[in-house]
Amino acid sequence: MSMGTRHKVLLLDDDVDLLDMYRQLLTQLPSQPEIYTATSGPRAMAMLEAEPFRLLICDLKMPKMDGLQVLSIVRRKHPELRTVALTSVADEQFRSRAYALGVDLFWYKPATEQEIKMFLECLESLLGREADDGFRGVQSKSLVDIIQLECISQSSSTLRITNGGHTGKIWIQDGEVIDAEAGDLLGEPAFHKILSWRAGGFESLPAEPSRERTILKSYNGLLLETAQAIDEKRAVNGDTTAPAIASAVPQLSQIEGIEFVLAMKPGQENPPMARGLENPQRMAEWSRQTFARFRGLSDRIHAGPLEQFEGLGPQRNISLTTHGETEFCLGWKHSMNLDEVREMTKKIITLWAS
Amino acid sequence: MDREGKVLVRTLPSSYPTELVEEIGEQMIAAFREATAAQLPLSEIVVNYSSLKITARELRGGVIVFLAAKVSTERE
Repeated sequence: MSMGTRHKVLLLDDDVDLLDMYRQLLTQLPSQPEIYTATSGPRAMAMLEAEPFRLLICDLKMPKMDGLQVLSIVRRKHPELRTVALTSVADEQFRSRAYALGVDLFWYKPATEQEIKMFLECLESLLGREADDGFRGVQSKSLVDIIQLECISQSSSTLRITNGGHTGKIWIQDGEVIDAEAGDLLGEPAFHKILSWRAGGFESLPAEPSRERTILKSYNGLLLETAQAIDEKRAVNGDTTAPAIASAVPQLSQIEGIEFVLAMKPGQENPPMARGLENPQRMAEWSRQTFARFRGLSDRIHAGPLEQFEGLGPQRNISLTTHGETEFCLGWKHSMNLDEVREMTKKIITLWAS
Repeated sequence: MDREGKVLVRTLPSSYPTELVEEIGEQMIAAFREATAAQLPLSEIVVNYSSLKITARELRGGVIVFLAAKVSTERE
């Protein structure tokens, strides 16, 4: 959106009070869109014909012409229009049908403060996002986000994902990923393959409760593995993650028991990112030296890759570990024992990966 | 091992090469010294490799080292 141009949003609901409430809510959007309202499908259609809108937020249950009918027509006549389906009816069929129509977002009418906040964030993202990475269906979300949303809400559905000429399916049952299929791949390999696609389209199909479960890992575990694989792929491709490190280090330094965080990319030319250290350069030098020492030792005694280094001291405890090509030196309170240091180091890496 | 890197006592199988035992001990002693030089004194170090865990405790400049195989006992 260019400076000075405000997107137009059309709200469609037969309940005038709700329209007023949503209008108020949408005034909180940072992009300050122009908000229009309609109380019937035909009126909304006429308004969409008259001028270009960026986003249509549509209630599904309305007399005469219901929301699904409106969305069905809109998706054909105005393919560039972003669409959000809203309902207060917890009906799986509604959701499946809405996604099958290609709506960008399906939401139960937000009720709590947290839900409203998330709803507004999604709308803002939909308004601002141009067509690039992401999945048609929920453009503002990555496939990881979509799966998380499905699993957190304990949903059961079948996601059909397309990426160019490739098609994949992920089966979700009661909030867990139970199976996946991508070409010749099945189960976990198929899941990871699909999650490696950066863009495409997706639709939510009805659940298949009779589908045999081949994936036994929790969805969190699967998504964590996917995040790690993506990180490693980026590392191999030479993707620079320095800005990501800079923004993540302060968050990691909030973990209980931690005294300092130091994250480094390989090579002396990459300055370390640190929190809680007066002299990060000295600690970075020691860390690099220690990594090099024990990697070298492994080469000579054939002990395999160095996974982690832990040190206990009278002043503080230390752990050295890696994720992808990022090396970490973490300082811990000396009152923590070895098991606690190990456990919290894992937590840091898990947070980093997520 | 004493502070000079001399092996005082070992319980490893005699088939395990002495030079590798000394190499491990020397690296551990050096690691303790470097940590102290970096104003990070340590009394215990644990190095986790995929197939071996090395635990070293500092003893008045010398070091006691424990080796534990993670996958097989061939390297212990």
